[in-house]
Amino acid sequence: MAYYTTNDFRSGMKVMLDGDPCSILDNEFVKPGKGQAFNRVKLRNLKTGRQWERTFKSGESLEGADVMDRAMEYLYTDGEFWYFMESDTFEQYQADAAAVGDSYLWLKEQDKCDVTLYNGVPLSITPPNFVELQIIETDPGLKGDTATGGTKPAKLTTGAVVKVPLFISNGEVIRVDTRTGEYQSRASKS
Amino acid sequence: MRKRAALLSALRQFFSDRAILEVETPLLCRSGITDPAIEPFVVQNGDSLQQPRFLQTSPEYAMKRLLAAWGEPIFQISKAFRNGEAGSRHNPEFSLLEWYRPGFDHHQLMAEVADLVRICLGERALQKYSYRQLFQDRLQVDPFAATIAELQTIARRHLDPGTLSGDRDLWLDLLMSHVLQPQLGQGTMCFVYDYPVSQAALARVVQADELSVGQRFELFVDGMELANGYCELTDAAEQRQRFERDNALRRERGQCERPVDELLLAALAHGLPDCSGVALGVDRLLMLATGASHIRDVLAFDWERS
Repeated sequence: MAYYTTNDFRSGMKVMLDGDPCSILDNEFVKPGKGQAFNRVKLRNLKTGRQWERTFKSGESLEGADVMDRAMEYLYTDGEFWYFMESDTFEQYQADAAAVGDSYLWLKEQDKCDVTLYNGVPLSITPPNFVELQIIETDPGLKGDTATGGTKPAKLTTGAVVKVPLFISNGEVIRVDTRTGEYQSRASKS
Repeated sequence: MRKRAALLSALRQFFSDRAILEVETPLLCRSGITDPAIEPFVVQNGDSLQQPRFLQTSPEYAMKRLLAAWGEPIFQISKAFRNGEAGSRHNPEFSLLEWYRPGFDHHQLMAEVADLVRICLGERALQKYSYRQLFQDRLQVDPFAATIAELQTIARRHLDPGTLSGDRDLWLDLLMSHVLQPQLGQGTMCFVYDYPVSQAALARVVQADELSVGQRFELFVDGMELANGYCELTDAAEQRQRFERDNALRRERGQCERPVDELLLAALAHGLPDCSGVALGVDRLLMLATGASHIRDVLAFDWERS
């Protein structure tokens, strides 16, 4: 891979640091008028998700990381791996539990996900911002109670548990914001 | 643009009221700065060039030659160029206000800088710390005595320096720019003065409280470094030594050497009056006056669009 110096660092660039692939979020040039120049760089470790700032001497360089984001279709899981496919090449990738993390809660077959590949292997999965999933377990719906604003837990097909309004019944399909894990609405009829 | 015009006019009025003469000196000079931390742009080719010339990184050397010849207070508002300095507070081409006061020491000049800043930014309380006192108060360390290991330990408490390595000045610069500076002059203006000799640059070095200090000062406003000044070194022999030390350090760091400015040294040998001088970033002053968070917001066309 190519090497990048602090002058080249741009938001979104992927570099290797301490053996892990990291994404550059921000790069600030800091230089006292008569002193040495630094770059204060905000990074995210793509393996652990940790965000932090590290200071480099200006002109230092880091190796680029072989990391790319691809849109893929989620196929299925065999319990050990989760399988994804690139729609245009039909190439399949298997992601392990470390890469999937908590995202399995929002994976629905045939949904489009962003898969981050590191050296050609899935490193992390970003589900769509909104998914529609069916409720498999919740207390009976209170018909007509659309006003009190109360909520109850509801378990979805994926195993995720979200808070839903009291009027929602078992078996209904709901729309969830995967970034917050919050109920949005009943699913649009399709 | 209108605010810049108004600011420039206010600055010129300030100096005119104090009978300080506006001057202009060359931008394209035979000698570049020797300071290892500052890189000039080099102009290589042209029919008028027998040898490469340097775009000046500040008008300091030329203004000192005028002072040696004249002995009158002078100021200049000009462009200056620093290669590789680009960021939210740096543009490789920028505007610098620089002025010199024969007979002033650096404390008298700090008072005058404060007067000017008040005119541009409104009334602000004035704070003054010596460099040593600032480090002792805020970081409980004596910057003149601490070892590299002690400074490293303090830095690691506040930030992630990764694999940074360097001399004492690197760690002092890191603590100053990352830990101390962001808090300096918030809602006020804060002068820091009397720097370690290794950071004296072109300031006179004196003995104070059994320590050698460089009579240099910097001004910080709302966490931004705004001005840098000296009680000026007037000794030609010592100036030559500092140029040579700079070049030795440049060799050590793998940088190319810079030709020494013999014209400045000749002027110092002829006699520079005791004086103090200061350089102030005009673009940054405008950022503070307008609340801009990026230098490009106060430039007609920034580096990317110039």
